Amino acid sequence: MPAKTKQPGIKQRLDNMTSEEYKKLSKPFVPGRPVLKNCIRAFLIGGLICLIGQVIQTGFMSIFGMNSKEAASPTVALLILISVILTSLGVYDKIAQWAGAGSAVPVTGFANSMCSAALEHRSEGLVLGVGGNMFKLAGSVIVFGTVAAFIVGIVYALMGFGGGSH
Amino acid sequence: MKQLGSQTWQFTTRPVILGSSAVVGPEEGEGPLASDFDFIYDSLKMGEKTWEKAERALFEKASKLALIHAGIEQEKLEFFVGGDLMNQIISSSFAARKLGVPYLGVFGACSTSMESLAIASMIVDSGGATYALAGTSSHNCTVEKQFRYPTEYGSQKPPTAQYTVTGSGCAIVAKNDGSSKGPFVISATIGRIMDLGLKDPFNMGAAMAPAAADTLVAHFRDTGLSPGHYDLIVTGDLASVGLPIAKKLLADEGIPMEETTFNDCGLLIYNLDKQKYAIAGGSGCGCSAVVTYGHILKRMKKGELKRVLIVATGALLSPLSYQQGESIPCVAHAIALESGGEEA
Repeated sequence: MPAKTKQPGIKQRLDNMTSEEYKKLSKPFVPGRPVLKNCIRAFLIGGLICLIGQVIQTGFMSIFGMNSKEAASPTVALLILISVILTSLGVYDKIAQWAGAGSAVPVTGFANSMCSAALEHRSEGLVLGVGGNMFKLAGSVIVFGTVAAFIVGIVYALMGFGGGSH
Repeated sequence: MKQLGSQTWQFTTRPVILGSSAVVGPEEGEGPLASDFDFIYDSLKMGEKTWEKAERALFEKASKLALIHAGIEQEKLEFFVGGDLMNQIISSSFAARKLGVPYLGVFGACSTSMESLAIASMIVDSGGATYALAGTSSHNCTVEKQFRYPTEYGSQKPPTAQYTVTGSGCAIVAKNDGSSKGPFVISATIGRIMDLGLKDPFNMGAAMAPAAADTLVAHFRDTGLSPGHYDLIVTGDLASVGLPIAKKLLADEGIPMEETTFNDCGLLIYNLDKQKYAIAGGSGCGCSAVVTYGHILKRMKKGELKRVLIVATGALLSPLSYQQGESIPCVAHAIALESGGEEA
């Protein structure tokens, strides 16, 4: 028979350990998010997506003779299309793990959130699945985007900037 | 069966694991344990239309293979104890339709593998059945869908995140008639819930480490053994963050873990240097199940390992509980296995 271990007291020690004490004990073992690296990557990929958008817009302007305002909508549509295709091919989430906010913030990230939810919940049918879940993630962007726009609009109007009257 | 101390069951008849199986998805098939798995699917969909059906297919395949490896007909099977991570444990309950035997569904998150094995062993040890099946499964995509975001959603995971294993492991526990060479199920230490207030669902290793440490201490206290009794001790899936914390907690208690090899299923299943998507390591019910039923039991049969202690850890959270800001209660269950041959 192997020797007996000495009387352990972990039961009491762990029972009496507070959340703060454990957080302190475990902290050295928990790697933090690499914030600087993430910022640089987000800057690069976010910038690259915007650059691609600019190239597309300039392309619409020079090839179809549109002005910059007319070219804006088809540019966004094309970016969304590219994002949806990349999402469907299973590539966008892999880009996002590297790029972080760089691929989440531009319009392509918004398209990815809708497309991924629609794909995922297709198995629950068109109405309850796709329709009911498509805005699962994008919904809060729309809600809080609208709320923020509303508040900013009021501030503008009160400060006499004239919110769109000219 | 005999109760040792306050948390341990000693199975006096030493039920035998007659056969086992480990079925995995393509990513686990690229990992270092690939040769120990009985079947590797080359697609995550397993030829099914939905992720949920794919997980069920995994489970059905694993249960079928376990029966074949045990060399018994399906009609001889008397009990099925299983569980998984899905809401209402649909994977195991739906897979149970095909088996047509009395069924107990259990939920212990990633500790389900050893929870189900403990219950199946208890049933066999107490004479409740001659052959019982214990099994569990998890699928990366069903878990992402239920607990996190849609699988194709682009969100960046932190360096503490773990990757859910796509896999199912099953074992046939049988009455020990004296003719088998094992491996035998010697004892089970059932864990208490430990919750030290961590709330981050992307850092489950740190949340589960105290549960693993607590169960290990309870096991050594109840059985009077020391870590050196075992050739290998593996925790369920603490991965690269949780394992060092568990080591520290155990060292603080003066448990001499250096007497044995102490590792983690979440670290064994992937090659973390090459398989970057796994980040901190594997997790999910399937992780400890396929590592134990595939890798470890094969090593025991080859004679490389004689006594092994498996401590499967589970984080018992739900998407609802963490969104409401609750902390993560965790549990760990330990099972001691021993291969046959000369008595120690």
